[in-house]
Amino acid sequence: MSRISEVMGRDHKACDDRLALAEAAAAEGNFARAAAELEAFAAALARHFRVEEEQLFPAFERHTGITDGPTEMMRVEHAEMRELLDQLRAAVGAADAAEFLGLADTLNVLMQQHNLKEEQVLYALLDEALLGEADELLAALASR
Amino acid sequence: MRPAGLRLEQAPPIAVPFRFFLTAPAFLLAAAAVLAWAGPDALAWRGSPAALAATHFVTLGFMTMVMVGAMLQMLPVLAGAPVPHVRPAATLVHAGLALGTAALGLGFLFGQPVLMKAAAWLLGAAFAVFVAAAAAALGRAAVRNATVRGAAVAVASLVVTVALGLMLAATYGWGVPLANLAVRALHPAWGLLGWTGLLVAAVAFQVVPMFQMTPQYPPRMTRWFTAGAFTALVAWSLAAWYASGSPVDLALSLVLAAGYALFAVTTLVLQYRRRRRLPDATTAFWQLGMACALAACVGWAARLAAPDAPQALDVAIGVLALAGFAVSVIAGMLYKIVPFLAWFHLQASVGPRRAPHMKKILSDAAQRAHFGLHATAVALLLAAIVWPRPLVRVAGLALALSALVLLRNLLQAARRYRAEPAGGPDAGRTPAGRPIGQRQA
Repeated sequence: MSRISEVMGRDHKACDDRLALAEAAAAEGNFARAAAELEAFAAALARHFRVEEEQLFPAFERHTGITDGPTEMMRVEHAEMRELLDQLRAAVGAADAAEFLGLADTLNVLMQQHNLKEEQVLYALLDEALLGEADELLAALASR
Repeated sequence: MRPAGLRLEQAPPIAVPFRFFLTAPAFLLAAAAVLAWAGPDALAWRGSPAALAATHFVTLGFMTMVMVGAMLQMLPVLAGAPVPHVRPAATLVHAGLALGTAALGLGFLFGQPVLMKAAAWLLGAAFAVFVAAAAAALGRAAVRNATVRGAAVAVASLVVTVALGLMLAATYGWGVPLANLAVRALHPAWGLLGWTGLLVAAVAFQVVPMFQMTPQYPPRMTRWFTAGAFTALVAWSLAAWYASGSPVDLALSLVLAAGYALFAVTTLVLQYRRRRRLPDATTAFWQLGMACALAACVGWAARLAAPDAPQALDVAIGVLALAGFAVSVIAGMLYKIVPFLAWFHLQASVGPRRAPHMKKILSDAAQRAHFGLHATAVALLLAAIVWPRPLVRVAGLALALSALVLLRNLLQAARRYRAEPAGGPDAGRTPAGRPIGQRQA
């Protein structure tokens, strides 16, 4: 049985690493590689969001009856990350390293504080509440 | 299952943490002014009036000021429970801490019991409000995670530090004899190893792997450090109180020094193995901080091994632990927290497209300039212990310059935040009713 916090926490790290690769490429001025790494990051992020928004958050809401609480906040922050991702795509298109690194740093801090809230509070509660359903809910993460 | 306080969005208004962050550099400047004014005598021994004044300007006015502001910001987010009445609580704590620290420092400098009495009342009241607010949030925590436990133990250590400090203030202000001479050793130990050390460790376990993309801390350390260090601190305190100078007292001191040295070494090794290689001021501040923490632990062990070593060793341990370790890691954290909070609140109010990113709010160059000055000031302070005649005043000036650059940087971030007119064209994208969306004047 996979614990939600372990599996999703590991996936957070995998997303972080992807963004760091894009950042490193942009810092070297290699925008072709930065663009490719950014898209790999975007794909990993989209998959992660899908599992949360389509499986985990609804399950949390079903179990707790809270629909306007933490899950709503997490969705708002997902939207903020997608927005920064769009701005990163524009910066890589314009080959603007300073803009790219500033946006990437901002996205990184936003993601980290978001991950902390998910890992320390939300997933921890999900682990307790959804013990039997975890594998089923996480199946989408394995299928690409 | 419906946790009563589970609201992740309960981040307080930006004015709550910012007033603490913007006040802190002024007290670092005050500490520097004391050194520059008092000159060579200031660092002659750790109990000199100038040393005590400068120490408390740093520990209360800078370190605790930032730590309290950051906790009021982060506790609701990490515990999933809001701090009750956060605005009035922040106003009272901030005012009491600022006025109380000023009174305490001036009381030491001028030997005025009336200032000591005022400081005791002001600081006692400020900490009572803060501890009540923090305890209420921690008590309602939705999940008892490692960070919540670390914060709770740090706050408990703050209570012990303040109680011991009030006993000392009673001797200065009211002439009440000390119940036990060990209080003079226990007060700084609980403030530094407990309140500061345990909070830094709890924060480090989360943010070092996150921001610098290092490997995780060993699970045994994250699981046992907080409980182990707190237990050792309690046991050592009992030994120091009832059997000062006994082998048990000495052995437990060495256990504490070894434990914190292990934490510092582990952090340095993790940072060395970080996957995010971009130059970053926060990383530089943390590396300097952990190297100084390690040196302070080695110095403490040396003091235990050689009780007759000169007074200068105590002063060096204090400089390494305060200016070298605590001020460095706190400055490093401020450079992540302040630009992020400014961006976070801005993009909620003016819309994500118009909010300037973090490096536009505070540039890398500005942060690096501060790091260079701060590292120079720490080196000069250490050198001044050996050559006080020319160097104490020079070190004081370097510290003053460093404090001014930090203040300029933080003010710049605050100005960038205020410069954006609220309610831009895409402000409507922000979901209605989101509490963090309200801008503070």
